[in-house]
Amino acid sequence: MSPRGPARLPAFAGPVPLAILLTAGIVGVVAVVIAASGFDVAPAFAALVRGAVGSPYAIMSATLVRATPLILAGLAVAIAFQGGILNIGAEGQILAGAALGTTVTLLWGRTLGGGAVILALLVAAAGGAAWAAIPAWLRRRFGVLEVISTIMMNFIALYGVGYLVRGPLQEPTRIYPQSPTIPAATQLPMLVPGTRLHVGFGIAVLAALIAWVAIRSHAAGFRLRVVGASPSAAASAGQVDVPAAITRAFLVSGALAGLAGGIEVTGVTYALYENISPGYGYTAIAVALLAGLHPGLVIISGICIGALEAGAAAMQREAGVPLVVVNVVEALIILAIVGARAAIARRERTTVEAGT
Amino acid sequence: MTFALELRDVSKRFGSVEALARASLRVRPGTVHALLGENGAGKTTLMRIAYGAMRPDAGTVFLDGIAANLRSSADAIARGLGMVHQHFALVPAMTVAENVALGMRGRYDAGAAAARVRALGQATGLVLDPGARVETLPVGAQQRVEIVKALARDARVLILDEPTSVLPPGEAEELLRWVRRFRDQGRCVVLITHKLREALGIADDVTVLRRGATILTGPADTLDEPALVAALLGGDEREGPTSSESSATLPPAISPAAILPRGPLPAGNPVATLRHVSITDARGRRALHDASLDVHQGEIVGLAAVEGSGQHELLRLLAGRLTPTAGDVTLPESIAFIPEDRHRDALVLGMTLLENVALRGLGARRGRMPWGELRDSTESLLARFHVRATGPGALARELSGGNQQKLVLGRELSSHPAMVVAENPTRGLDIRAIASVQAQLRAARDAGSAVVLHSSDLDEVLALADRVLVLHDGRVQVVDTPTRERVGRAMLGATIGISSGAAPADVPTAG
Repeated sequence: MSPRGPARLPAFAGPVPLAILLTAGIVGVVAVVIAASGFDVAPAFAALVRGAVGSPYAIMSATLVRATPLILAGLAVAIAFQGGILNIGAEGQILAGAALGTTVTLLWGRTLGGGAVILALLVAAAGGAAWAAIPAWLRRRFGVLEVISTIMMNFIALYGVGYLVRGPLQEPTRIYPQSPTIPAATQLPMLVPGTRLHVGFGIAVLAALIAWVAIRSHAAGFRLRVVGASPSAAASAGQVDVPAAITRAFLVSGALAGLAGGIEVTGVTYALYENISPGYGYTAIAVALLAGLHPGLVIISGICIGALEAGAAAMQREAGVPLVVVNVVEALIILAIVGARAAIARRERTTVEAGT
Repeated sequence: MTFALELRDVSKRFGSVEALARASLRVRPGTVHALLGENGAGKTTLMRIAYGAMRPDAGTVFLDGIAANLRSSADAIARGLGMVHQHFALVPAMTVAENVALGMRGRYDAGAAAARVRALGQATGLVLDPGARVETLPVGAQQRVEIVKALARDARVLILDEPTSVLPPGEAEELLRWVRRFRDQGRCVVLITHKLREALGIADDVTVLRRGATILTGPADTLDEPALVAALLGGDEREGPTSSESSATLPPAISPAAILPRGPLPAGNPVATLRHVSITDARGRRALHDASLDVHQGEIVGLAAVEGSGQHELLRLLAGRLTPTAGDVTLPESIAFIPEDRHRDALVLGMTLLENVALRGLGARRGRMPWGELRDSTESLLARFHVRATGPGALARELSGGNQQKLVLGRELSSHPAMVVAENPTRGLDIRAIASVQAQLRAARDAGSAVVLHSSDLDEVLALADRVLVLHDGRVQVVDTPTRERVGRAMLGATIGISSGAAPADVPTAG
């Protein structure tokens, strides 16, 4: 039922070969989908590649900017899935973080200046965690399936943001459904001057590396994996407080997604509006699965999907191929991974039965 | 002569593993046929082939003398075969009648289904409440549901896979009596079992498999235990991990000789103390009632109880995995716990042996995982406890049942715990592994640990325990001169001059 995080990756899955393999696979799938939709593959592809990696500017201002929320939210999903928590609510947690981050910058941006950014990001993370705390509590107290509750929380967050940008947080002219622009002092500094690559990307990579180390070599990370792989063995053989461990992982997952929302507001959009996340929280599931739930590989898979989405925007502009083609590709990737995992699990089962 | 069921020269490979090598089995009509073999000998594979759940690479299945090409279990069922697996295939949330009707064709009529269960109960003596939900039934009743399911499809040959291993002694005997009656109606039972005494006691014919081949087959009255042991283990093998173990060709649990416990002994200091402890579960059922007992250094306390008497809770309480609703509990710092369901509670099958060893004490661990040290200790543990594995990086799933249990024992015992709590530690293991596990428990006792052992095999409790406690309906009783008969009666709640274990004054204490 729960996505068993592979405790060990297959031997061939060193980061570099895996990245090459993935890229080749994705390129193939994109080509087939474009051709199947009746477009010329070559020009569409050229536009996609140009938009994603065609120039240093495209890489930094398009691909890596796009990858930032995907890495953080992908990390959120990967950590939850490793612990056996099916957190499908990263989208809602992103929105909660974005809304609270915006509020903080608007309230205190002028008085606190740069300090308000740090505060805003912390509050955004706390907001994401709080949004995740509701399904976490529902699961712990009543056994409510988090798959359902987190999806429902996504809708509440979406319409909640819709209300905020038409009500208390709407810009002063009251024309557009969005918040006022946040003060310049509360906008994230650029990582590379002259591009749109903000320090949020660094934060995302750092978070992924920290999570990698924690899962690999810290007791808390090992606890998370054991709880995800076998809650009964964790409780009985490991004497782990399983409900507490699950709640903690749920909160960390929500905090990472919330942080992604806060970074998106302070680093990219500079304002809150309804479509601030074009489904980052759902794409994050593809990112996490593509990385085999490995926090380090989430950086690579996040950049891959980020490039795909950045390239798709260029492809739509230049070759007229609709953006949704990329959504089809992402969905195919998820299906392929889930299917492959089921097939492997089935093979393992039959091998085990052979032993009796 | 025509056999009700015959498997002739059946072979089956799984990858590099040869599960069956020209194995044969002939079941005469109207007989009980015991199928014996160590774990991995191929018993279950052979029966799955007979039942159509698996197709042989070579060889033929005959039913009533006619070659049967079974494509699926449905084929086998249609031809009068029924099988009750060790792990039941019931839907817990459904009623007995629904489970029995499941898989049949046509419309489901609740009234007719219930009537059918009642009628079968009357005809066969397997009485069940058709409206009861399966998850509320004890194990014995669930097993009856499985048998009734097979009988509702007119099974003439019934395959039972270690049916008594999940049952308390009383119910096991009842089941075997039922098997005899079933046979007397002219039908057949194939009984897969580990228990020699059971096989010789009930079976008309016995077949022994070893390494996928039929080693011995013949009428039970021409065979005795030494002959079966020799066939099971093979004369040539000397794989026993230590000399002391390999000399124990027959573990006491299987020996019919009543080995009495040592009785009251110069006990060491009490390491665990329970005073007036009660446990009430979430549904308000009282699992443990006013239990008081001491467990001392250097003794094995045998806990005898029929299924559902509260031993599950008492053992978890002693292991520090459960807190009581009332009473005082004093436990030592380090406790080893060997739960009965090792796949669920003791191991993470998809993780490595190293990670499984690291599991112990994980709840209290902080900071970095000392993977290097853990790898070294896992390696030495594998060697010391004779776990046959490729190394610390092997997956727990890849080990045989016996080696998995050795790993669990090694993990739990290697830190010299003050107390060892073991629940059915030899369930599902073959003779050699049973002897090894029992030797480890004795060694822990001799090294000064306090050992609490529960086994649903009463002979095992009597063979290993220095002192026997009986748990009946959540109450602890001490049996003074624990003979098989006295303990057995106490387990069923009969009063036979036993002293209550509830009064602390009765518990010997040493200064």
